[in-house]
Amino acid sequence: MSILVYIESNQNQIKKSSFESLSYAKKLSKLISLDVIAVVINCSELAPLSDFGPDKIISINEKKLETFNAHNYADVISNVSKSVSAKNIIISDSINCKYLASLLSVKLDAAFVSNVVSLPNSTNPFVVKRSTFSNKAFCDIEINSEIRILSISKNSIGLNENKSEPIIINPDINFTESKLTSESIKVSEEKVSIEDADVVVSAGRGLKGPENWNIVEDLAKTLNAATACSKPVSDMGWRPHSEHVGQTGKPVSTNLYIAIGISGAIQHLAGVSSSKVKVVINNDPEAPFFKVADYGIVGDAFEVVPKLNEKLKAFQAENN
Amino acid sequence: MKILVCISCVPDTTSKINFKNNDTEFDNSQIQYIINPNDEFGLTRAVWFKENDGAEIDVVSVGLDNNDQILRKALAIGADSAFRINQEALDSFQVAKLLSAHISNNNYDLVIAGRESIDYNGGMVPGIIAEILNFNYVTNCVGLEITDSSAEIKREIEGGVETLTCKLPLIIGAQKGLVEESDLKIPNMRGIMQARQKPFEIIQGKTEETKTKTFKFEKPESNKEIKLVSPDNLDELIQYLHNEAKVI
Repeated sequence: MSILVYIESNQNQIKKSSFESLSYAKKLSKLISLDVIAVVINCSELAPLSDFGPDKIISINEKKLETFNAHNYADVISNVSKSVSAKNIIISDSINCKYLASLLSVKLDAAFVSNVVSLPNSTNPFVVKRSTFSNKAFCDIEINSEIRILSISKNSIGLNENKSEPIIINPDINFTESKLTSESIKVSEEKVSIEDADVVVSAGRGLKGPENWNIVEDLAKTLNAATACSKPVSDMGWRPHSEHVGQTGKPVSTNLYIAIGISGAIQHLAGVSSSKVKVVINNDPEAPFFKVADYGIVGDAFEVVPKLNEKLKAFQAENN
Repeated sequence: MKILVCISCVPDTTSKINFKNNDTEFDNSQIQYIINPNDEFGLTRAVWFKENDGAEIDVVSVGLDNNDQILRKALAIGADSAFRINQEALDSFQVAKLLSAHISNNNYDLVIAGRESIDYNGGMVPGIIAEILNFNYVTNCVGLEITDSSAEIKREIEGGVETLTCKLPLIIGAQKGLVEESDLKIPNMRGIMQARQKPFEIIQGKTEETKTKTFKFEKPESNKEIKLVSPDNLDELIQYLHNEAKVI
């Protein structure tokens, strides 16, 4: 029996969220005394993994798996899981992980619990905490199937370095090729994605129009941050839907969330509640966002944001 | 083309979430229920296929009779027939099994569910159905075109969009972007009147096993006091973020 961790990579770079999954698995292994096995698909830079303590790495290299396909990946991971009798499968909360996990759960007759924010508070029965009601609440959930898949909410466990000298194996694999074909992938190269960002700079209707977004983008560039927006802004077409943060958009669990000219509707606040540090910049001191933020500036965004950007640049120049 | 839209009945997005009975149950007093927003984006796309290609739309929900009002709303928006599977929804696995049984009895070309419900946020029902019934599956779906029996699907990926193609049958997890918010339909009086004449069937459904049990809720801790910084003293904010919060 073992704990299997699916490691996601992008052009030979392992994703930070996968290091977090591995950190979770290592902590779990101390509670239930099982080996931690990492499974990686088409990634040749495996060295960083050994900082997070896997006992074994199963490294799969297969041309047919070059492009992510949830059906194919679920089939491969299912076969690997069976070969190592994995009872616990740990993945991140990324779009692709959640996509493949529901398929995987049927293949393995496993329970799949998403948005997990804690180690189990009991292992028999197995109980974990997850976020629910779009981050407005948490719940304890008991898993009563023999095999379980847990997807770990970003930044909930953090990274925990733990050096190891894993055995690396390269197995032959078989899988049934899916009939779903990827025709094209369009990714904006120069921009940081909300999912990967440690800092998110978000703006709302207070910016008055899409032509004013340059101050938001400049600040994001300085902080190597992703840009995001409130619901009305995406509904009016000022910004793409992929930037909409909130209950019907996407949740943001980042280290630093800066909200500019966003009043803070309950749906938006739910979406950002799991971000660690929140800064609000708004000219209305009554804006609900001030009730949930850590730091606040009451002032005109058009004056404050460019000034803050200049000060941050000076700070970075001094500290580098 | 025969389409099924799976609908989940969820608290209105503006709801304040509270719990009762020693935090073991959701407090549904003063809660307005709505069609799960991700499902509504899917339903709206289905109605487009009906109006433009003559598709036929069924809607289905797993739950007790308090789900009837949202199924009636779906009929008023444009669905042709409604089904309610009369079992209390307990976990995603159980709901997906019940829906799979309904789908395999009815030969749908396209099944639409939401990417996730905004209450439970499991995000796994359509995937489980896809695997049980051997359907092609795409979630985080932000575009769907169908010509004859071929589908072209756009799905949101981190930082971009992927375009995929496949033959029907297909199941998708819909989300905002599949249709615009402004395309969502508010039922008019004619739609509401017509809905009363449309078929509405209650299916008993089997007792399916569950794999999980949610038994205790809590709300996030309320935040500590905010620190206000004067717009004339932004260096102070930078110092807080660097020394105290340690995020820059």
